[in-house]
Amino acid sequence: MTTLTVNGIGRTVSSTPDTPLLYVLRDELELNGAKFGCGLGQCGACAVLVDGEPVFSCITPVMLLEGRDIRTLEGLGTAEAPGPLQAAFIEEQTAQCGYCIAGMIMRAQALLERIPHPGDDDILTALEPQLCRCGTHMRIVRAVRRAAQNMARASEAGR
Amino acid sequence: MSHAISRRDVLRGTGALVLAFSLSRHAFALTETGASETALRGLPGSLDSTPLLDAWIGIDAGGNATIFTGKAELGQGIKTALLQVAAEELKLPLPRLTLVTADTGRTPNEGYTAASHSVQESGTAIRNAAAQVREILIGEAARRAGVGIDRLTARAGVVTGPDGVRYGYGQLVSDQLLHVDAQPTSILTDPRDFTVMDRPVPRVDIPAKVTGGAAYVQDMRLPGMVHGRIVRPPSYGALLLSVDAGPVEAMPGVIKVVRDGSFLGVIADKEWTAIQAMRRLAARAQWEETAQLPDEARLPEALMALPSRDQTILDVGQPDVPSYAINALFSRPYLAHGSIGPSCAIAHADDDALTVWTHTQGVYPLRNALATLFGMPQEKVRCIHVEGAGCYGQNGADDAGADAAMLARALPGRPVRVQWMREQEHAWEPFGPGMAAHIRATLGPDGSIAAWQHEVWSQSHMMRPGPPGTLLAARDIAHPFPPPPPVDLPMPEGGGDRNAIPLYVLPNARAVNHFLPEMPLRGSSMRSLGGYLNVFAIESTMDDLARLAGQDPVNFRLRHLKDERAIAVITTTAERFGWKERPRPPAGSGYGFGFARYKNLEAYCAVALEIAIDQDTGRTVILRAVAAVDTGQVVNPDGVRNQIEGGIVQAASWTLFEGVRFDRRRVTSVDWAAYPILRFAHVPRAVEVHVIDRPGLPFLGSGEAAQGPTGAALANAIRDVTGARLRALPLDAAKVQAAMLAASFKAAR
Repeated sequence: MTTLTVNGIGRTVSSTPDTPLLYVLRDELELNGAKFGCGLGQCGACAVLVDGEPVFSCITPVMLLEGRDIRTLEGLGTAEAPGPLQAAFIEEQTAQCGYCIAGMIMRAQALLERIPHPGDDDILTALEPQLCRCGTHMRIVRAVRRAAQNMARASEAGR
Repeated sequence: MSHAISRRDVLRGTGALVLAFSLSRHAFALTETGASETALRGLPGSLDSTPLLDAWIGIDAGGNATIFTGKAELGQGIKTALLQVAAEELKLPLPRLTLVTADTGRTPNEGYTAASHSVQESGTAIRNAAAQVREILIGEAARRAGVGIDRLTARAGVVTGPDGVRYGYGQLVSDQLLHVDAQPTSILTDPRDFTVMDRPVPRVDIPAKVTGGAAYVQDMRLPGMVHGRIVRPPSYGALLLSVDAGPVEAMPGVIKVVRDGSFLGVIADKEWTAIQAMRRLAARAQWEETAQLPDEARLPEALMALPSRDQTILDVGQPDVPSYAINALFSRPYLAHGSIGPSCAIAHADDDALTVWTHTQGVYPLRNALATLFGMPQEKVRCIHVEGAGCYGQNGADDAGADAAMLARALPGRPVRVQWMREQEHAWEPFGPGMAAHIRATLGPDGSIAAWQHEVWSQSHMMRPGPPGTLLAARDIAHPFPPPPPVDLPMPEGGGDRNAIPLYVLPNARAVNHFLPEMPLRGSSMRSLGGYLNVFAIESTMDDLARLAGQDPVNFRLRHLKDERAIAVITTTAERFGWKERPRPPAGSGYGFGFARYKNLEAYCAVALEIAIDQDTGRTVILRAVAAVDTGQVVNPDGVRNQIEGGIVQAASWTLFEGVRFDRRRVTSVDWAAYPILRFAHVPRAVEVHVIDRPGLPFLGSGEAAQGPTGAALANAIRDVTGARLRALPLDAAKVQAAMLAASFKAAR
């Protein structure tokens, strides 16, 4: 038994400790966000945040994650109430097949938490570990840019 | 009997090859989508094969509509486009429409979702069906109200008329009202009155995809579902000699090891257990390998040395001249579809029925293949399309469907989910075939093209199900199905020879297709088929000829074109790019242009690029891409832009990075390190797409229009920067760097 904190909620999981987080998220906790892409840490489809840092969940065994703060795409919002990055991806119509998008959003979330006003080079560098095959890259960069603007505007308004 | 003698003479003579070949080529009434080439009933789009209106559109008592399409969402946005078409003609608000996609239990058979035909075939059918349903509803209202149809209007799901006549669609519809055959002509909405079509309606599938909704077959969880994995052979045709399955079967959580001949799989309660069991099983399997692959370093030569069936697909004027100014060989390696999500399927078998949830491009052809494979009646097999990762042609989807079915039949009553591993997708998907093209061309005294010859060598681009032998599992079982005869897709669309006939006006030209029945590596359809290499070759040659003629490459193209729509996309691209007034680029930068009309039948697309090459590494980055596309009547302009943007980026990846690697036995590029694709460091710094709207003209597919022009524009831009003409794809950093070095040596001497 391993106790994990996923999207702010404590979860006790029965998968063996060597099980990569991806399979615990998908099979045991029934979360769809993180995707199996390569199982090798090469494509980023499985990216989630652990203590705010993006990790490849496909190669990270759950035994390393006890007591750490795990966030997945589901933790950022819902279709009805999307978070700022999710909303920006919808506004920019940023998907073709969309299989890579969960990982893109998670890595962008880590970027925006670190650098609230990223330049294009910051965005390209941050997303370098993430693969997209449909060629949606231009829209992904636009959506991250837009999310940063929306977040800045929202925090202005909240002041 | 003179008739018999002459026939025998023909078969014995040198003309035999061409005759036998052309017969076989057209004997297949097969197109890339599986649609019949000849109209049966003269009805628009896929109505021709499925004429009943209620096969396409149902209206319930609440006045809401369900639309049925045989096409599948592959990430191209077809769901949204088809809903737009239906909503427009039904005069119903979009939220009142539901779309059911490819399902052998529910939808029309529209063959494969392929060849950029979906809007043309299904969109046309649904548009006409919707218009006819609307008129039937108006007619019913007229009958009930006793007024002429000309006094009634349909809007927002209500038919209204004089004196308070008002019927909701739900009131008008009855059991058999829409159970009628479509008519050949429909009253279609004038493009000037569109409120839903030709609008950038947001995609219906995106919110779930960006929030973790169950959007893919990979996300399905059925009650009682278990997980399967397959142990694939180490190389093509390898035979499983023995496997010690005992220790694997004893692993906690393993339900069953399934073996049938050389087909080997395992079922477990959890996915991670299935993966571990698969690995242990693989380590305990002994194989006999027999595959003999060509020499990767000399692939074009190896392909050109294979036996071929030759057909002249273009022959005008006198293209044979004593010498040619251009005499050049172009080639592309095998290319992987490389979907980010490896193929996946879920199958459920019970006593006499089989259901498969699959991201296949063709639910009916896969159903037929599975029925034959298992000796089941077709009606007992149901294939339901559920989205997978983007497919770009035939990836492992169908094979995974067969794999899941094999395991499910070994465990009746439990749904079995199979997802391929990354290395399986990279090694076993049917690749886009490696190809070679030879172009010879020369200029006349007036600086226009005086002679042109194009030859192309390729294996089949169409090895999809239908025949069970197309499926990996069917070839591995103890009583295997042989691979079916290779299909040479016929002109005018073509396969390897797709786009081998230039759209340019050439008075003396020949094009020859060398179809290779052998398949050195497993191959099938990948976006644009042979069009990518043929356009790459033609447009590279156009660029070189323009240079030889001392003309601007855009003007040179325009002087060889009569097609007004071709001229318009080229001119628009050049204007928006600022081609004429482009400044002299700084060292290391340059420009390139490319154009094609996909298949010479679908969308027109021109691409202009500005690139920069890092002088130290040979690394190419697109600084700016400008494209114009004419896709006929536009359904969703943002959808078209998304397809062209994506096409440019994907083609940049093919062109600059990609090639399947193999040794003489095995495919060796089995992960993203060995098969690199474009990452963010190499994304174009700006992409602009201009959609030329053609209201009222037929739909033209746009999903494969940008690939050829982009590849060619890149080669032309690299030529502009380095002075070197690179003709063997990929144009990767090492090749560009070597070309730059060679050019600087030449300059120094």
